[in-house]
Amino acid sequence: MKVKYFAWVRERIGIAEETVEPPASVRTVDDLIGWLSSRGETYAYAFETPKVIRVAIDHAHVKPDAMISGAREIAFFPPMTGG
Amino acid sequence: MTAAVTIRIQEADFDIGHEIAALTKGRTDIGAVVTFSGICRGSESGEAIAALTLEHYPGMAEAEIQRHADEAMTRWPLTGLTVVHRVGRITPGENIVVVLAASQHRQAAFQAAEFLMDYLKANAPFWKREESPKGASWIEARGHDETAAARWTKS
Repeated sequence: MKVKYFAWVRERIGIAEETVEPPASVRTVDDLIGWLSSRGETYAYAFETPKVIRVAIDHAHVKPDAMISGAREIAFFPPMTGG
Repeated sequence: MTAAVTIRIQEADFDIGHEIAALTKGRTDIGAVVTFSGICRGSESGEAIAALTLEHYPGMAEAEIQRHADEAMTRWPLTGLTVVHRVGRITPGENIVVVLAASQHRQAAFQAAEFLMDYLKANAPFWKREESPKGASWIEARGHDETAAARWTKS
């Protein structure tokens, strides 16, 4: 699946998007954040406070317990500040 | 009742008069247009702001605004909606966003414009980075914006 990062999540990780293949045990958004965090210091820094991270699956907002199976694109970003 | 919905995300500035004219041209079913425009301030809490840079999530931003425009259409008897949101670097005094809500009467137009702005503030995937004399930093979301958006949620 493709993952995208925005704003300070993108800056901390250092890339805007990548393709990842998490193991089958990674089933929810929460699981995915945990798995990504284990990939290195930049990821751990980006996800150091998971509760502030907002997530969208295929362009729709989802909660941390959302299942990721079938997702084409998952995005991680800080609380939004548009308008 | 027909309703024209225009949603644009763009780097270029826009002209609010032109947007209103485009929405109302040739129409005789519009009795009220409420305009909200958001403008880049030159200071925040006493600190000078040199510029804002707005980032967005292409694809999702358009889809989310469209989804809420559709919801506004079902909640109020609107005859037109326009949302234009800029991205990129914006300096103090420049436009950031405009929402136009048109209806036969003012009440629906006022409410729909407020609904869409509350939503945009808290839930549309845009992020503001602020440049000040101290450096650049991402603006933090404010709790009262989420509270303002939540009051429109149907129980």
